[in-house]
Amino acid sequence: MNKNPTDKARREFLSGATLVLGGVGASFAAIPFLSAFKPSAKAKAIGAPVEANLNGIEPGQRIIVQWRGKPVWIVRRTTDQIDALASFDDKTLQDPESNASDQPDFAKNAWRSKDSEFLVLVGICTHLGCSPNFFPGMDNKAMGSDWKGGFYCPCHGSKFDLAGRVYAGVPAPSNMPVPPYKFLSEDKILIGELDGESA
Amino acid sequence: MNTIAKNLVGWIDQRFPLMSIWNEHIAQYYAPKNFNIWYYFGIFSMVMFVNQILTGIWLTMNYKPSAIEAFSSVEYIMRDVDWGWLIRYMHSTGASFFFIVIYLHMFRALMYGSYKKPRELIWILGMFLYLTLMAEAFFGYILPWGQMSYWGAQVIISLFGAIPFVGESLQTLIMGDYVVSDATLNRFFSLHVIALPFAIAGLVLLHILALHEVGSNNPDGVEIKNHKDSEGKPLDGIPFHPYYTSKDFVGIVVFLMIFAGVIFFAPEMGGYFLEHNNFIPANPMQTPEHIAPVWYFTPFYSILRANTVNFFWIPAKLWGVIFMGFAVMIFFLLPWLDRSPVRSMRYKGWMSRTALGIFVLSFLILGYLGALPPTPARTIVAQIFTVIYFLFFLLMPIYTSLDKNKKVPERITTNGH
Repeated sequence: MNKNPTDKARREFLSGATLVLGGVGASFAAIPFLSAFKPSAKAKAIGAPVEANLNGIEPGQRIIVQWRGKPVWIVRRTTDQIDALASFDDKTLQDPESNASDQPDFAKNAWRSKDSEFLVLVGICTHLGCSPNFFPGMDNKAMGSDWKGGFYCPCHGSKFDLAGRVYAGVPAPSNMPVPPYKFLSEDKILIGELDGESA
Repeated sequence: MNTIAKNLVGWIDQRFPLMSIWNEHIAQYYAPKNFNIWYYFGIFSMVMFVNQILTGIWLTMNYKPSAIEAFSSVEYIMRDVDWGWLIRYMHSTGASFFFIVIYLHMFRALMYGSYKKPRELIWILGMFLYLTLMAEAFFGYILPWGQMSYWGAQVIISLFGAIPFVGESLQTLIMGDYVVSDATLNRFFSLHVIALPFAIAGLVLLHILALHEVGSNNPDGVEIKNHKDSEGKPLDGIPFHPYYTSKDFVGIVVFLMIFAGVIFFAPEMGGYFLEHNNFIPANPMQTPEHIAPVWYFTPFYSILRANTVNFFWIPAKLWGVIFMGFAVMIFFLLPWLDRSPVRSMRYKGWMSRTALGIFVLSFLILGYLGALPPTPARTIVAQIFTVIYFLFFLLMPIYTSLDKNKKVPERITTNGH
């Protein structure tokens, strides 16, 4: 006869314990591999503020500067364009008051900027990250009757006004973000830093 | 000579199941005798897989996965490496051909009910292959680091950003940076040349093992295992080798002739296989006037774009991602959505036939629209066909139950053989 019958409960306990412990070990071993997906120390370090000159931008013109690898637009709006920003009816824009969008406090107004003449925007569509094209013309039949100049995203057809506010009925969910910036002098701004801050 | 070969096989067979693998999967694998032209596309996709691996290894020898050098290293391959242009075009055209044959292979399954019991797992493994192939193609498209590479990556990665709460951190985790950058390119290269090809190879093996376990379906959708001779061989089956190996060989020759024709005379296919904007180096400051994915993604891209309405407190952006995800994933459910007792379209009634026809049409129209810039009229058309696309699946349990099917023959029918 078998003097040492198999103790099944003991075997099950031992295999269970091995499985749990091995699982814990494997989870810890996965941490370095998952963490390696994160931005490296070098990638994190590149984020210094950039300066931009405003003189030389003609009314109605846009310049593009690179900040943190993203396009930042500076648009000098004409008086007509500024006036048009306040003339939208309630239904045309999704968030005309910029309540659900990303901007410094000083830009939470109809023109979404510190100086109403100069618009500073992160030129990335809030839908899927394309950089919309600049259509400053206030009369553009292809854009629809409520068009007053602005930006049109070629990827999925989102429309924004000249303050980066998103039109209703397009795929983008929110207004384009305004980056933190401050005026260093009358015609020079520093993008990436607010007044009273220093990098 | 012959005895030496026999002795060698015998020597191996004592140490490795060579002959039994050969017999089980090739020499004594009985396939239905009525395979038609649609049954070529499985072997064609294997040929394309080998083509991609082979040309990919050679491309990797000269390609540099860095944001500064990638674009010029591809041009270097095209201009300065001996026969580099051919190897590159075989790879880039090969990607499109891979998808052409995969789509036809999938259509075959839809037409003859190859996903139905007991072949559900073959279908599911095939769907995983399709998903892996889409990821592989996406990662590969980034490598030339042209404008379409860059902005295509930007859009697809941003899809993950639409996921509530974790979206933005997930996006950063995928890119390895706060923007699509050198880090992104480098890791996508790694996934494209190592991780996903391995996954595809493994899935192909599982797909074929599952197929050989249950046996192949055929244009009649009749189970050949139901009628066997005294030795247990299916009466309507023929051994894969030499019958289908030689038939496939002829098919492969014709297929490679067409493939070579495109490589030599239309490798860019008028901007459909290689988009014009991808011959401009990536510029993170400027999106091209018009961006669209490569043709094999355009049906799903159309569905993404067709979502322009916020409802149920969910923004249109997230709906787009959800619908696009469903449009791919819903294929997984096909074996359970189809309630028809009949497999093949040959014996299904007019409802199933019409539904499949309309579905193919909507897939093609969505694909066509996805390659064009959006206009309000096109968006409405895309919305209509998105609804039709989903109705094909969602109404399937109903129309396949109601449909008046024809009588399925007991055994395989052959005409003129």
